[in-house]
Amino acid sequence: MLGPAIPSRQSSHCTTGSRSVSDACAVHAGSCSLRFRLPFRFRQGRVACREPLAWCWLFPRVVAGVRTGRMLTSRTFLKRTRAGAVMKVVREHYLREDIACGAAACEQCGQQPGEPRLEAQPSGAASSLCPAPHYLLPDTNVLLHQIDILEDPVITNVIVLQTVLQEVRKRSAPVYKRIRDVIANPEKHFYSFTNEHHRETYIEQEQGETSNDRNDKAIRVAAKWYDEHLKKINNEETIQVILLTNDRKNKEKAVEEGLTAYTCEEYIKSLIANPDLVDRLACVSDEGKEIESGRIIFSEHLPLSKLQQGIKSGIYFQGTFRANRDNYLEATVWVHGDAEENKEIIIQGLTNLNRAVHEDLVAVELLAKDQWVAPSSVVLQDEGQNEDDDENEEEKENTLKSSINKNMLRPSGRVVGIIKRNWRPFCGMLSKSQIKEARRHLFTPADRRIPRIRIETRQASTLEGQRIIVAIDGWPRNSRYPNGHFVKNLGTAGDKETETEVLLLEHDVPHQPFSQAVLSFLPKMPWSITEEDMKFREDLRYLCVCSVDPPGCTDIDDALHCRELENGNLEVGVHIADVSHFIRPGNALDQESAKRGTTVYLCEKRIDMVPELLSSNLCSLRSNVDRFAFSCIWEMNHNAEILKTRFTKSVINSKASLTYAEAQMRIDSTSMKDDITTSLRGLNKLAKILKKRRIDNGALTLSSPEVRFHIDSETHDPIDLQTKELKETNSMVEEFMLLANISVAKKIHEEFSEYALLRKHPAPPPSNYDILVKAAKSKNLEIKTDSAKALADTLDKAESPEFPYLNTLLRILATRCMMQAVYFCSGMDNDFHHYGLASPIYTHFTSPIRRYADIIVHRLLAVAISADSTYPELTDKHKLADLCKNLNYRHKMAQYAQRASVAFHTQLFFKNKGVVNEEAYILFVRKNAIVVLIPKYGLEGTVFFEEKDKPKPNLNYNDEVPSLTVGNTTFYTFDKVKVNIMLDASNIQHQKIRMALVEPKILGSDVPNQTTELSTNSEPGKKKKKLKK
Amino acid sequence: MAGLELLSDEGYRVDGRRAGELRKVRARMGVFAQADGSAYIEQGNTKALAVVYGPHEMRGSRSKALHDRALVNCQYSMATFSTGERKRRPHGDRKSSEMTLHLKQTFEAAILTQLYPRSQIDIYVQILQADGGNYCACVNAATLATIDAGIPMRDYVCASSAGFIEDTPLADLNYVEEAAGGPQVALALLPKSDQIALLEMNSRLHEDHLEQVIEAASKACKDVYAVLDQVVRDHVHEVTTLLGE
Repeated sequence: MLGPAIPSRQSSHCTTGSRSVSDACAVHAGSCSLRFRLPFRFRQGRVACREPLAWCWLFPRVVAGVRTGRMLTSRTFLKRTRAGAVMKVVREHYLREDIACGAAACEQCGQQPGEPRLEAQPSGAASSLCPAPHYLLPDTNVLLHQIDILEDPVITNVIVLQTVLQEVRKRSAPVYKRIRDVIANPEKHFYSFTNEHHRETYIEQEQGETSNDRNDKAIRVAAKWYDEHLKKINNEETIQVILLTNDRKNKEKAVEEGLTAYTCEEYIKSLIANPDLVDRLACVSDEGKEIESGRIIFSEHLPLSKLQQGIKSGIYFQGTFRANRDNYLEATVWVHGDAEENKEIIIQGLTNLNRAVHEDLVAVELLAKDQWVAPSSVVLQDEGQNEDDDENEEEKENTLKSSINKNMLRPSGRVVGIIKRNWRPFCGMLSKSQIKEARRHLFTPADRRIPRIRIETRQASTLEGQRIIVAIDGWPRNSRYPNGHFVKNLGTAGDKETETEVLLLEHDVPHQPFSQAVLSFLPKMPWSITEEDMKFREDLRYLCVCSVDPPGCTDIDDALHCRELENGNLEVGVHIADVSHFIRPGNALDQESAKRGTTVYLCEKRIDMVPELLSSNLCSLRSNVDRFAFSCIWEMNHNAEILKTRFTKSVINSKASLTYAEAQMRIDSTSMKDDITTSLRGLNKLAKILKKRRIDNGALTLSSPEVRFHIDSETHDPIDLQTKELKETNSMVEEFMLLANISVAKKIHEEFSEYALLRKHPAPPPSNYDILVKAAKSKNLEIKTDSAKALADTLDKAESPEFPYLNTLLRILATRCMMQAVYFCSGMDNDFHHYGLASPIYTHFTSPIRRYADIIVHRLLAVAISADSTYPELTDKHKLADLCKNLNYRHKMAQYAQRASVAFHTQLFFKNKGVVNEEAYILFVRKNAIVVLIPKYGLEGTVFFEEKDKPKPNLNYNDEVPSLTVGNTTFYTFDKVKVNIMLDASNIQHQKIRMALVEPKILGSDVPNQTTELSTNSEPGKKKKKLKK
Repeated sequence: MAGLELLSDEGYRVDGRRAGELRKVRARMGVFAQADGSAYIEQGNTKALAVVYGPHEMRGSRSKALHDRALVNCQYSMATFSTGERKRRPHGDRKSSEMTLHLKQTFEAAILTQLYPRSQIDIYVQILQADGGNYCACVNAATLATIDAGIPMRDYVCASSAGFIEDTPLADLNYVEEAAGGPQVALALLPKSDQIALLEMNSRLHEDHLEQVIEAASKACKDVYAVLDQVVRDHVHEVTTLLGE
């Protein structure tokens, strides 16, 4: 109890109102005057928050036996708020004495255990500049630009200052992520030193000093501190600290202050044992050098502040720069924001492009109207080797302008500045310089939208013909090409492994083998079911469950059963592999699968989302073994109406794993009457009713040609191509999967309205259908697109007796009109509709082995039926929304990678096969070409009617129908033609399938007979042309 | 552009503290003579002034008087100059009435009100400078002022906030950390008995984390207690020497 310990006061006169303070003081001499003295002075203005540095605040707690000393200072700065007002911001800034230096040999600093630290005997690569043991201390720019070098295993024992880290974080998120990963790697011995909060290394920004100068100074001060601090270590050899900086002034100042400082280049070149590292140095030239040499080609980029001002006032437009794939002198900028006009600005000509690279965020200035240009249809590729052929450049630019059609003029502009670079490492090949012994070579990226990059390497001859990765470092004003450096060699171009690697890298598919940390969370083998596991599980092993999958499937994630109940109703169960039992939230295994998002199926390879032990064994619902499952069980009547839905975690024992064909055979056979077959027949019957009901509701049946390769078991080359065939059983399984997904979606949304992970498919805007409607009209058919139902109905009716393939073609075309289906978090969106399936709500539940979204849905459902407990991330809708974003991205990329893989294998196939003639249908009619589909191979290709260096045929394009008249032949959509297919391998980096028309023959002398030319592809004339190209 | 990193991988917060550390606390008792008790506290850049009157007879309507204990009357206000932007803050707006209510609940739990039936104790607190943890600074200041006024309490009431950022509970949040929008708990504790006088949180926090956060907050409260106790002892020492005893 407290209270009486304090002397009470009688001060009645003080409480009586209006008497002045001085009066009160006069009455109370002595003890009372004390009460008026405020303990701390309230000071005005800037100084108010600035505590004298010498004031030392001792923290009242004892940490690990050392009394933690802290000092207080404060940072004051002015900030502009979003509304535009100027605000003064005051922040406390504590300075500490307990921050360790990180050196293993240091006894003064109390080291935190387990921290990766600098080695006592730094065993870095031997340097001729500095033979003594040393730690490296890079400044911000070195870290930003030379991260490739720093990541090399040779470079160890590096001190990364907090100042540097913070600047890097502000300037480049990817580099920040990479340096964080390096710091986390204990073998690299990188130490991140919190110098901004260390008592002896903190400095204040002086009046008139820019923050860059201040940070440079802070780096030097920290280096100096390290230098002196390390001298105090009792070691026979003092460890040196080497400041790496490419800034000349900074280096001079550092040397003045008695520090050892080198530029990154000097240091790397001095490494005796590792000359190859020099190749990977980013060539960021000194600003000084730039002005001396060469002619300036490009105008200067405006600084960011000016750009922002300009954008605000409407002089400049901000947008994403998209280079033209076919014409290196042209690009479009997609202007951000919702302004109706000038959404798309065309940039033409090298100087107007002004060093912007595909995907960069740029600021554009519109040109005067009389300088506007039309998008050119010319194909131009950058072929220059030297910088001297600028004259050619001008010539080429003129060819662009020659083909101007007055009403085609579009808003045109020029790039005035770069807001954010979006450079990544690029895959591609080296075009070796013709000059022998040259060090500088040009690199041609595989992506044609990326300009060629100049790199410096001594191993050009070994790198020739290899697929390599190169990163861009910068693009000086006097250089025709950006400068870059070599990062990695992938292997010989054209190799199946290399090409697969390239396409995985280009599509950002994480495909490294699973790390040890990830594998450590796998269940120990031999695995068996324990009693603990059975607590929340129902034993459904007695049920006659079977799985139906494509042949050769090892990751079986679904199984089905159907049986008659005593009351005459049917019980149908869908059993999904219980992956969430093995992948617990938050561990490395979970994080890795969340990152991968989906399993990627390439033609001959599968990039698993979860390690193989799970995907092909423990989670795979193989026959005759006990497996954990998540079951969705319905009671249905014979009309396939759901009477009851139940979800449970279970143990099942599949009685058979069938292929679609086997299942179909069982259903069709008259003699088989076993349990599995009856079960399948029941399922099939219900599935048909379900499907009919779904289609009546307006679900779309779309089609896209899918192909399978028969791959030679020895050479792994594709030997045959076959379109996928759909059986009744395919649709049977699909029907029940849809039903399970919908049931689960309803359940989790009911239970968690704010954070259910769902999948939606937005209705496409009506204009998307134009092409479909027009195409159908040309065949005298009507397609209605006002609702999904109308579309489905009219698609069904759109048939022509003499042209059975027409319906499939229409469906293929309809597929192209659709939007992308996406995952989303129910709390962040209010449109849940799935257009294609005509379902008000939908999610993914049935393939947790190959999709991460399903794992989350499993976890949600498990909580909903109280079979599992929730965890924080699961109920955080922002985290869920982030996850959805990643999943959508991964799914899209996986799809592209799959297509690229099919394309590559198609090429291989035709390479072996030679030239063939096939029947094809016209899918689209373009201005100078037709796009055809070859049903036999599910292959799509473009037949061009215009070729460079050839007289142009007389082309007449009608946009309304659409139709294209070439000579005296008119092409309409869906016309049947015969084409000639062959592989064009003239450009090793961009091998492609080339198609030419065989039938109908285009009459008229101005079109050369393409068939003969192509079938004899070794004709010298042709080859020469291609080389020139 | 990346936002502010609230907790670095090295374990330091934006202002250089570690996760469990308090800001610098400085306090002074008996800053005004005319009130029965008064105190001034600084927790980092948050500065609060508390004044206590009473126990005295009921003022205003006598009908409010409680027959078995004293009425605790609180009032919370923020100075117009307490934030970066000068702003008139009318009495009785939603935020300050809520804060008033919280203070009242806190001190009703700590003061031995049954000793003074039918009387009233007034606690006025004002935030002079706001930089996060306003409630906590108010409670700590009011505790000192109550002690200064000689009103018997069960124990000190010590308050501290705690947040949860990047899976780590952080004690005593400053304004930047509060503004980041993560979950935040305000805890008023009677440290000796480990009794909770008030626990407030109005954001979503997963139950798995709640215990950790409360643990961090009560640890911080005990740290605050150590400081406040020292302040009281120093003050008593100072006053007694001045009185010549």
